Amino acid sequence: MALTSRAARARSTADLALHVHDYRPDANGSRRERLTALAFIAPALLGFAVFYFWPTLRGLYFSFTEYDVFNRPVFVGLGNYRAILEDSTFWNAMLVTVEYVAINIATQTVLALLLAVLLHRLTRSVFVRSVIVLPYLIANVVVALVFYWMLDAQIGITNQVLGWLGTGPVAFFGDQNWAIPTIALVNTWRHLGYTALLLFAGMVMIPNDVYEAGRVDGASEWKMFWRITLPLLRPVLALVLVITVVGSFQAFDTVAVTTSGGPGDASRVIQYYIFDLAFQRLQFGYASAVSVVLFVILALVALVQLRLMRADQSDVA
Amino acid sequence: MATTAAPSDIDLVLKAPAPAERRKAGPGRVLAWTALVLIMLVTLFPFFWMLRTAFSNGASLATQPASLLPVDPTLGAFERVLGLASTEEAQAQGGSGAAIDFVRYLGNSVVVATFITAGQVFFGAMAAYAFSRLRWPGREAVFFLFLTALMVPPIFTQLPNFLLVRDLGLLNTYAGIILPYFFMTPFAIFFLRQFFLGIPHEVEEAARLDGAGPVRRFFGVILPMASGPLATLAILQYVQAWSEYFWPLLVGSDDRVRVLTVGLGIFRSQTPQGTPDWAGLMAATLLAALPVVLLFAVFSRRIVNSIGFSGLK
Repeated sequence: MALTSRAARARSTADLALHVHDYRPDANGSRRERLTALAFIAPALLGFAVFYFWPTLRGLYFSFTEYDVFNRPVFVGLGNYRAILEDSTFWNAMLVTVEYVAINIATQTVLALLLAVLLHRLTRSVFVRSVIVLPYLIANVVVALVFYWMLDAQIGITNQVLGWLGTGPVAFFGDQNWAIPTIALVNTWRHLGYTALLLFAGMVMIPNDVYEAGRVDGASEWKMFWRITLPLLRPVLALVLVITVVGSFQAFDTVAVTTSGGPGDASRVIQYYIFDLAFQRLQFGYASAVSVVLFVILALVALVQLRLMRADQSDVA
Repeated sequence: MATTAAPSDIDLVLKAPAPAERRKAGPGRVLAWTALVLIMLVTLFPFFWMLRTAFSNGASLATQPASLLPVDPTLGAFERVLGLASTEEAQAQGGSGAAIDFVRYLGNSVVVATFITAGQVFFGAMAAYAFSRLRWPGREAVFFLFLTALMVPPIFTQLPNFLLVRDLGLLNTYAGIILPYFFMTPFAIFFLRQFFLGIPHEVEEAARLDGAGPVRRFFGVILPMASGPLATLAILQYVQAWSEYFWPLLVGSDDRVRVLTVGLGIFRSQTPQGTPDWAGLMAATLLAALPVVLLFAVFSRRIVNSIGFSGLK
């Protein structure tokens, strides 16, 4: 999910240490060099052509067909796309996904900002940062199952605690209204530390003099956050948001091992719906069309975000 | 979605000025530390609960659901998921007694993650070398094309890739699970290219004057110099391959090639006595998380410092 060229540009302003010794791109090199290069990129080129490029074209083609995986695909023109417009399950999936993304991103970003500021202002301890990033290294499936247990309606620890507080029990995964917030918060738990470390890395690049100057002027930590950290962090924050939002739209694992899209369609996020269509209902053509729509939405979301936050213009320089 | 940085960022982090104002231990600082410790506790608690439950007797869990220590401590859950317990023993402790062969899944995960990592790092390094230090026509255009692959959401290519793997007769084989990730991941190429670009020209020039061709320079000069970033990349890709769920679920659900994540999903859907076998499930998740946690314990400094902003994925 890449934005790499943007990242490279955002980086170039902050990049202090990298001395680039590049050959001129217009130089074509010796014959030997060209042949070596060809041999060296051959495996990657093969992987790219077979598993990225070709399936992208094929996926586009399938989206214009009716295809049950066993018989030949039948061309139906824009039929699938027209069907999407009237597919209430699709629109529900979009709604559920947007709700998921909103809760996940809002909590994750605010908490990660807080955590990054705490790290930035308090400590450089590798231990602290290790603990904080640990959940990110654990597989989604594992995280989902641990929370599935901790949030169990009958004997999960969370409901025991709620019981002591005089409320509950809440069927976190089994209740229509709770399923999506629960799944979103589980993912916030997993991604919080990692997101914070990305923001932290951005904060470290802000020159310390700026804070010194702020302190001389008698600014409080609170004021320095709003006047210094946040504005100077904006390009980094924009990139983090684009990456996390795009990633969040593709939630699947947690849903698959906890609710399977239920109860009803309450947690049938778009990625799970596509999986469902393709592999349970064998509507491969239609599933491809929905994934094209997802692709377009993700591209638009990324573009709009980058525009809004002017991610490629840094204030640091 | 691992995000990592070229070595320059590591330097940046390490050379970063120490947080100022250690002398002032005002109420604000105490509050800030409290918040940080609280977040760390919330982060660690699920791991503790995983441990506590895994060492409990599944059949007794409901009697003391809030006990901080294992309930009726036993290794039964581990014996169960490792296939060491008899059906009767398993059922007595809340298990299903159905065969769930986690040793095999663990082995499958090791095979899959190892091959994927080896392929990605090796082929990625070769491609990165060609993109950064060899001159050939069309270099920038091909690199840009590779980068666009990062934009495509995985689900979009995974549906057709499933058909491809099926048509090649590779469903439920290691090859089917590994191949799509084996030859290239744009991230690996981008990550290593950044590093290779930063190696001074003179280093390679000396080898060239000694008559070393590009292949020998790659293996003899560049690769040894890049051992740090190569290791970082390998760790990150290993962790990611280990965690992957969607793709192995599609093409490798068969028991023989089933990886841990897929096995866990199936284990969870078995509800032997009305509820899942919680103790067994937590023992299994613990086993699945353990290799990564160990890897992390050894390489935490490297991993933590590599999370920065040059290579976004």
